[in-house]
Amino acid sequence: MSEPRHERMTSDLLRPLERTSWRFYTLVIVLGAIVATGLGTWAYQMYNGFGVSGITWPIFWAFYITNFVFWIGISHAGTLISAILRLVNARWRRPVTRCAEVITAFALMIGAMFPIIHLGRPWLFFWLLPYPSSRRIWPNFRSPLVWDFFAISTYLTGSVLFLFLPMIPDFALVRDRSTGFRRKAYGVLALGWSGTTRQWHRLESAMQIMAIAIIPVAVSVHTIVSFDFSMAPVPMWHSTIFGPYFVAGAIFSGIAALIIAMAALRKFLHLEAYLHTLHFENLGKLLLMMSLLWGYFVFAERLTTWYGNEASEMAVLNVTQRGSFAPLYWTMVVCNFIVPLSILSFKRLRTIAGCVTASFGVLIGMWLERFLIVVPSLGHKYLPNSWGQYRPRPVEILITIATFAAMSLLYVLFSKFVPIISIWELKVGEHPVHEASPAPNRRPEPLFQSEP
Amino acid sequence: MPHRWGMAVDLDRCTGCGACVTACHAENNIQTVGDREAARGRAMHWIRVERYWEGEFPDVRVKFRPVMCQQCDAAPCEPVCPTYASHHNEEGLNAQVYNRCIGTRYCANACPYNVRFFDFFNPKWDKPLQMQLNPDVSIREVGVMEKCTFCVQRIHAAEIQADAEKRPLKDGEIKPACAQACAPNAIVFGDLNDPESEVSRLSRSPRGSKLLDDLGTLPKVTYLSRQEV
Repeated sequence: MSEPRHERMTSDLLRPLERTSWRFYTLVIVLGAIVATGLGTWAYQMYNGFGVSGITWPIFWAFYITNFVFWIGISHAGTLISAILRLVNARWRRPVTRCAEVITAFALMIGAMFPIIHLGRPWLFFWLLPYPSSRRIWPNFRSPLVWDFFAISTYLTGSVLFLFLPMIPDFALVRDRSTGFRRKAYGVLALGWSGTTRQWHRLESAMQIMAIAIIPVAVSVHTIVSFDFSMAPVPMWHSTIFGPYFVAGAIFSGIAALIIAMAALRKFLHLEAYLHTLHFENLGKLLLMMSLLWGYFVFAERLTTWYGNEASEMAVLNVTQRGSFAPLYWTMVVCNFIVPLSILSFKRLRTIAGCVTASFGVLIGMWLERFLIVVPSLGHKYLPNSWGQYRPRPVEILITIATFAAMSLLYVLFSKFVPIISIWELKVGEHPVHEASPAPNRRPEPLFQSEP
Repeated sequence: MPHRWGMAVDLDRCTGCGACVTACHAENNIQTVGDREAARGRAMHWIRVERYWEGEFPDVRVKFRPVMCQQCDAAPCEPVCPTYASHHNEEGLNAQVYNRCIGTRYCANACPYNVRFFDFFNPKWDKPLQMQLNPDVSIREVGVMEKCTFCVQRIHAAEIQADAEKRPLKDGEIKPACAQACAPNAIVFGDLNDPESEVSRLSRSPRGSKLLDDLGTLPKVTYLSRQEV
């Protein structure tokens, strides 16, 4: 073991845990205040009645469901991407995986709040869950909302496990370097890790199993979220394309979120030595591919609708393409397709700044995409006499802003208490000999591909 | 044989007066939301009179169509409800169990006719309407969905009465508030399982059609089209 290099790695990556700057406190206070405002707004909505939001007849779903789909989509950043990168043994994955997996866990928690926030009577949300009640009433298993509950709880359990497993050796490392209460706390989290060969072997196989198991779960989650729409006989919702379309969109927005999170970590935690331009470039290529895939799905969806020329669907299509939703629609196309394509297609522009710009575009575009799926259809159902308009009001805007603050807050706190880059995996990557159960065909792999 | 309640609406007779809407509000304790909320599109009319214009001024023809819950046999609102608040009862009605509703509003999105309404606030009435609340109908609290019930309270009352007198229900004995208030008798209510009932007879009319029939929701309301003159 080349001790000095490892020592530096450990101290670099544990620095955020051991030292706290005033910037951390400021950030936590500001973000915490925004989150508290959001929670207060929700309480205001519950106290005064749902009518304080902008939702109206016949557009009964709007911002909250948009946020729900958006955040569940963001959650595909992590687990899915990191599982795929682990399985194909991509060499550059090692500093990226944990940043990604954390996004999954937190985005899922935030996303899963929205089906509750949007309820007319949120205090009765547990009626959605199958629990043994004295009245022996089960939830309606035919309802896609009940499927959502199973899909999201499975994915959350799976991705928290998937996040936690590779953290165990790092918790042990922190435990061994600290004293007092900190030693005790990390000792509990490390689950008695002592680094024996047996433990390494167990960890490796558990991670392998989770990496394989989590992929179908991730795909099914966003498919089931799309079923919330495609199961209802609503124009432009009732579509067979929605499953893969939503999954592709989810991975797309997930990668964008990951790039932004990594760029922020790199800057604020001074991880320039670990998160290289190469990582951004590789993720940028993935983002470019997903942008093309997303464009393909939108094209296929719009073209078939237009060609089919069914009256009720054309009403929705027209109002998005050139009606009152057209400004949002074309902003979405620019953000999701034109911007990523014109930045990421060129190696010269695939820099960190370029990737981050494209990613911000994608986040805005994907939020708009979810909004444009939910609202125009509901406002333009079959009977023109019952068409309606939607205008958001401060309540849902504040709650939406608060979710972004909540995501940042959780991320800041996490990177304060847990090494955001998997230290042991970095070391293993440098010295494959130390890998606990080296597969016979596994070649020694350098940490990074040659820097450009 | 259980009853299967249905309705026939003769568009040739409908004058678009809106008496059905008012009668429905009074019978079913539907809150009057006030002008500001109504302007937001939150007016609650379990039955509404849709108006469609044909032609250019001055040769304009207006068509009226009273639209209420179609009590579909294959109702899209029912399978999507996670708590069974929206479910099919044994007489073929789409029942809405207010106490079981948690307000996901999924049923309203799935309904192609947009005849489901959400209580955005706790109910209130413009004075002095609160003096005439119907004691047979429960008041809905904030956060639940509500919709036309075919005046289920009147159906039950008539059934209990007939049961007590040990006789079958007579055709025309039950009249929902809208049918009762309809001066030109455009709305006819009755048992579709009785082939001799007036509603069955009208439903078989060659003028009859279902609203958005091609969606396959199997509505129990038949519209009799206008005859050209």
